[in-house]
Amino acid sequence: MAQATTLEPELSSSPPRLLAELPFRSLRWIRVKESFVKFLLMGCTLFSVMITLAIIILLTVEAVKFFRMPGTSVSGFLFGTRWNPLLGETKHFGVLPLVSGTLWITAIAMSVAMPLGLITAIFLSEYSPRKLRAILKPTLEILAGIPTVVFGFFALTFITPMLRLIPGFQVDIYNALSAGIAVGILSIPTICSLAEDALQAVPRNLREAAFSLGGTRFDVSVKVVIPAALSGIVSAFLLGATRAIGETMIVTLAAGNRARISWDPRVEMQTMTGYIAQVAKGDVSNFGVEYYSIYAVAAALFLLTLAMTFFGHVIRKRFREAYE
Amino acid sequence: MIELRSIKPDFSRWPVGSVRRRIVVNEVFKSACIAIASLSVIVLLVLLGSILVEGAPALSWKFITGAPSPDPKNCGIGPVIMGSIWVCLGCAAIAVPLGVGTAIFMEEFPPRSTIARRFHEFVQLNITNLAGVPSIVYGILGLTAFANMFGLFGKPDEPAFELGAQHFRQYVTEGTEVVLIPIASPTDVPILVDSMTVETFDGKPIKLIVVAPGNELPQDASMLKKTLWSDAEGGLITKKPWYYLRLPFGRSILAASLTLMLVVLPVIIISTQEALRSVPKTLREGSLGLGSTPWQMVWNVTLPAAIPGIMTGTILSVSRAIGEAAPVLMLAGIVYITKSPRHLADDFAVLPIQIYYWAGQPIAQGDGINFQNLAAAGIIVLLAILLAFNALAIIIRQRTQRPLS
Repeated sequence: MAQATTLEPELSSSPPRLLAELPFRSLRWIRVKESFVKFLLMGCTLFSVMITLAIIILLTVEAVKFFRMPGTSVSGFLFGTRWNPLLGETKHFGVLPLVSGTLWITAIAMSVAMPLGLITAIFLSEYSPRKLRAILKPTLEILAGIPTVVFGFFALTFITPMLRLIPGFQVDIYNALSAGIAVGILSIPTICSLAEDALQAVPRNLREAAFSLGGTRFDVSVKVVIPAALSGIVSAFLLGATRAIGETMIVTLAAGNRARISWDPRVEMQTMTGYIAQVAKGDVSNFGVEYYSIYAVAAALFLLTLAMTFFGHVIRKRFREAYE
Repeated sequence: MIELRSIKPDFSRWPVGSVRRRIVVNEVFKSACIAIASLSVIVLLVLLGSILVEGAPALSWKFITGAPSPDPKNCGIGPVIMGSIWVCLGCAAIAVPLGVGTAIFMEEFPPRSTIARRFHEFVQLNITNLAGVPSIVYGILGLTAFANMFGLFGKPDEPAFELGAQHFRQYVTEGTEVVLIPIASPTDVPILVDSMTVETFDGKPIKLIVVAPGNELPQDASMLKKTLWSDAEGGLITKKPWYYLRLPFGRSILAASLTLMLVVLPVIIISTQEALRSVPKTLREGSLGLGSTPWQMVWNVTLPAAIPGIMTGTILSVSRAIGEAAPVLMLAGIVYITKSPRHLADDFAVLPIQIYYWAGQPIAQGDGINFQNLAAAGIIVLLAILLAFNALAIIIRQRTQRPLS
């Protein structure tokens, strides 16, 4: 609080002082201090760049080590359809089953989160009745703050038993469907708040013009505001999908540990993150081929999310409708 | 620009009779909106409700203070809570200065040259990208860089460098008492001499009686407690004070704090940047106009004005570190911990990992508390801690909020 008082000096209580009485500070000392602080802050900034560099170098070096090991190859990794590094006589390192699991979970999550998040955002931004807003906003904030392991537990102990209650619907104990739904619930707050920001950024006079032409609220929001905010909405979807791809705890708890390509989301599946977590928690020897395979999978995951974040950023910047 | 032609009224396509239809569509859409928006409230209530119902039977004071155990009926979570607090404090201590420093540099020291501007843009893009990197990738980085230190210092279990470790040879006397003889390095074996001074396990000095093989032991029980055969073999015991450190960090609190620091750093930077941006420009200009240097302006004007926002954002980011499980799972695996951590290099467990372990246990048939109840009770404790953090952030925001412009 000592700092805060400098904002409002009590002028009346302190008698005026002569300039000569003020403590003398050498200009050179101030300059040295100034550049020292600036270098220190720049060091902090460089640290964040170093993190990215460290991730890229580490994943590249270790993934190269993996691809040099016997029984592995880059093409076999990228296009192989079998992934069984931990069990069985011959180990297969084809990443496609893990990618298919990841895509399934992300697709299910997005089909839950995109409509729910977008419609909630439209409601909050365009209709926004005060009473409901006072309930909805904190709800979304609480949902955003709940740790992912809690959603994993919820998927395992609530969503899966509920799905099993549906007559004629055969679901494994571990299945992609319930994990995907849980990841979708997790992504709703992200998508909703980003989409709401995009909708709010549309200038008021566009809405007023549409209203004055006789449009209802539905016409205004669906035919004017959404097209104007489309770039922001798409980038919100992309960011939500990136989160879903990188989500780990829900899928390790609820989706199971069997890597396979399947068209049925009701069966056990493994994602890229799920495999990394499985190796990490088990007692895999620190220098075996299966240990190094997590670096290759992590490199693929990192590239995928990096591309999506970058793409979202580009869409937001390039295709933004510039008003004013 | 949006194409104005598309909203030009076309009366042939919008007959007057359709006004009623459009009003109906609007009403239907509004009802659908309310229904869908309430769905998230319902989901939250169901989630919290189902966890409360499952966790309530296992929740007790004994559960909060006790230690984990293989028997679900006597299981506690005390050392795990302590582990979470240690890791979170360590993470905050590193991430907050770094994050706030970066944000100040990005916001308060605008680039003057073209190269500096390029650098700024690159760093900003880099921070955005870092915020989108899956946390498990940070876990892999932490495992390799902090826990194993790229293998530069040998295996994580056999540290190449130790600070503050006191090694002892531990002997059991003929009266089944434990005595300790200090040694310099873990491989030393001390020579046992009669009437040498050694320590008991509590650190009290006693005089040792050493008997050569073939001689007779003393009869007195109190003498027997201090008696050793001269060829007795002792085990290695290491006492670690609170400042104990080692390289590589291994599966320690310090390694976990550093790893979680990587996860929350981009979030702290972004929230601090937003807090700094919300400080009105006039305040800065006033300060500069009075002749202050850029750093004097930041330290005396901008930071005090932005502190509430910075603290709110920081507390919320750090509370994310408490709930983050994947990087810690990568780093430490699932560890069975019965004691609270005592130093930064100690083994530890955190709440989300313990919950994950319990949730993954097979559901036992029969009555009584099972691991699922324990997991739910652990979640209640975790959510209570997060709620406390959020409440703190809200209180700070409300106490210190005042109009600046």
